[in-house]
Amino acid sequence: MAKITLDGIRHSYMETPRDDADWALKQVDVTWDDGGAYALLGPSGCGKTTLLNIISGLLHPKQGRILFGDDDVTGLAPDQRHLAQVFQFPVVYDTMTVYDNLAFPLRNRGVDAATVDKRVREVADFIDMTERLNTRAKGLTADGKQKISLGRGLVREDVNVIMFDEPLTVIDPHLKWQLRSKLKELHQRVRRTMIYVTHDQTEALTFADKVVVMNLGEIVQIGTPVDLFERPQHTFVGHFIGSPGMNVLACAIDNGSAVFAGQKVDTANKADGRAGAIEIGVRPEFVRLAPQGLPATVVKVADAGRHRIVETRCGDQIVRLLVGEGEEIPSDSVHLDFDPASTRIYADGWLVEGGAGR
Amino acid sequence: MNKTINQKAWLFVLPVFLLVAFNAIIPLMTVVNYSVQETFGDNTFFWSGVLWFEEILTSERFHDSLGRQLMFTFSILAIEVPLGIAIALTMPRKGPFVPVCLVLMALPLLIPWNVVGAMWNIFALPDIGLLGYSLNALGFDYNFTRQPGDAWFTLILMDVWHWTSLVVLLSYAGLVSIPDAYYQAAKIDGAGSWSIFRHIQLPKMKRVLTIAVLLRFMDSFMIYTEASVLTGGGPGNSTTVLSIDLVKIALGQFDLGPAAAMSLIYFLIILALSWVFYTLMMRNEDS
Repeated sequence: MAKITLDGIRHSYMETPRDDADWALKQVDVTWDDGGAYALLGPSGCGKTTLLNIISGLLHPKQGRILFGDDDVTGLAPDQRHLAQVFQFPVVYDTMTVYDNLAFPLRNRGVDAATVDKRVREVADFIDMTERLNTRAKGLTADGKQKISLGRGLVREDVNVIMFDEPLTVIDPHLKWQLRSKLKELHQRVRRTMIYVTHDQTEALTFADKVVVMNLGEIVQIGTPVDLFERPQHTFVGHFIGSPGMNVLACAIDNGSAVFAGQKVDTANKADGRAGAIEIGVRPEFVRLAPQGLPATVVKVADAGRHRIVETRCGDQIVRLLVGEGEEIPSDSVHLDFDPASTRIYADGWLVEGGAGR
Repeated sequence: MNKTINQKAWLFVLPVFLLVAFNAIIPLMTVVNYSVQETFGDNTFFWSGVLWFEEILTSERFHDSLGRQLMFTFSILAIEVPLGIAIALTMPRKGPFVPVCLVLMALPLLIPWNVVGAMWNIFALPDIGLLGYSLNALGFDYNFTRQPGDAWFTLILMDVWHWTSLVVLLSYAGLVSIPDAYYQAAKIDGAGSWSIFRHIQLPKMKRVLTIAVLLRFMDSFMIYTEASVLTGGGPGNSTTVLSIDLVKIALGQFDLGPAAAMSLIYFLIILALSWVFYTLMMRNEDS
């Protein structure tokens, strides 16, 4: 058990990567603390699985080092790294019973039969499989198989980290929730480092203590679910997390302040005079209808149950906001008010540092 | 709700029924017809009951051919299946050599059967053939037209050369369909290559292997062309397998009754053994 450090990892699937787009991972420096529950969140193709395979040793990075504790494991094979991985599609050994499946990683390492038996029974209890130990793994349902894959990771006591590569993809929706809370509970019991890769924000935010958001081969923000929601470091995070995502509005800058739709907008941070595409970001949760403010017209109202999502046109851009159930929505012209504490200026996508709110 | 009953629909199956009748049912019934009758030519037939079946089943000649047939089939299965799997395991799974390997493997399968026999006949001739001449030059006393052991060796070698590719291609198809995650999981679980073969590759190849074994079993049990061109059943009767014997009886001696009875027995043996193979290999499949 140890903390895991990725130091300057870069990877490309090409022989000779030329420009930025050729790198599947542009530059990744990150530390995973021992015993943490992490989620690795990002859209398909952002490099999540690549990063996971680099940690597990199935892939060797073009550049950079991987440390488990203080040991450099960059050159080690997967079985020497003491880790476990649960794959997107359940991997079980069809010809074996559940018991033999769970015992497999131990037997391969020459563990004596008594210890194997003890560990297998413990783990079977963890994953609620005690009654099925002697059935063949082949006949299990997808969620049962996924539990077996997880069990094969838990059975070894020397495991540094258990990694999950979108493990709920093939699970029925009503079982997803069950399995997810089971996982959370397991994490609290075994206190192993877990890294959970997903493109589903609900999965990431419910499972993890810390979420690592990736986009286009780099990490854009590491933070608690609350951080990601309240203080997105990048417009991508704002947009990707939340439903609907953050409003990202192109604006002008006048003397350090944002000017949007002809009016000065109060923000939590100040522009620092850097050139680049300047935008303000504000979540629909922090936009209100007000007697005065930015003039806008209502385009569309969608009922989302406990609240309604109102789409308005303000200037030539679309601003979405949430309106509570009881509130009245004028059918035509409205005025919008952005909460200054939750409205931020972004330059080229990145949060402009130095303002309040950090 | 009442279903409309319209028997005219049978007309739609008529063409295929006629086709099957002409290419399968009628020829088969002709054979059945011959098998229970005696003829002295002139197209006159006399009822003989199960006489021919008794004669064939009790004849030493049939027992010997059947014995040789079983020996041949099980020898080539014992060689081709493990060899085919071994070759498939060493073939690359991706990269530019995949098509090259596949084409090379498919080549023997594309050669007409009588050409295979003729090729190997010439190849194995002790005086001019590359194989026969080389073996003799190396000090082996090799002559497949005179020594039964050499004839068997050549026959089996030829079949292995001709048909192992089929097992290779089917096994390979099974292998490439295994998702990468299985290999990755096995690596993480610390499995060795034997373990990977035993617990991942072999179970995943099971279905295609069943097909490969069945095809090779049926085909080799019916081998005629290549063997007939290579050895003609000789020297003596030493490589006379069932089909060669059958042709000798039917067309050499023109004993239609016994030949028909033998055909039917032959057919039933293949059917029964195929069923046994299939049942054995598919056992546990659905438990």
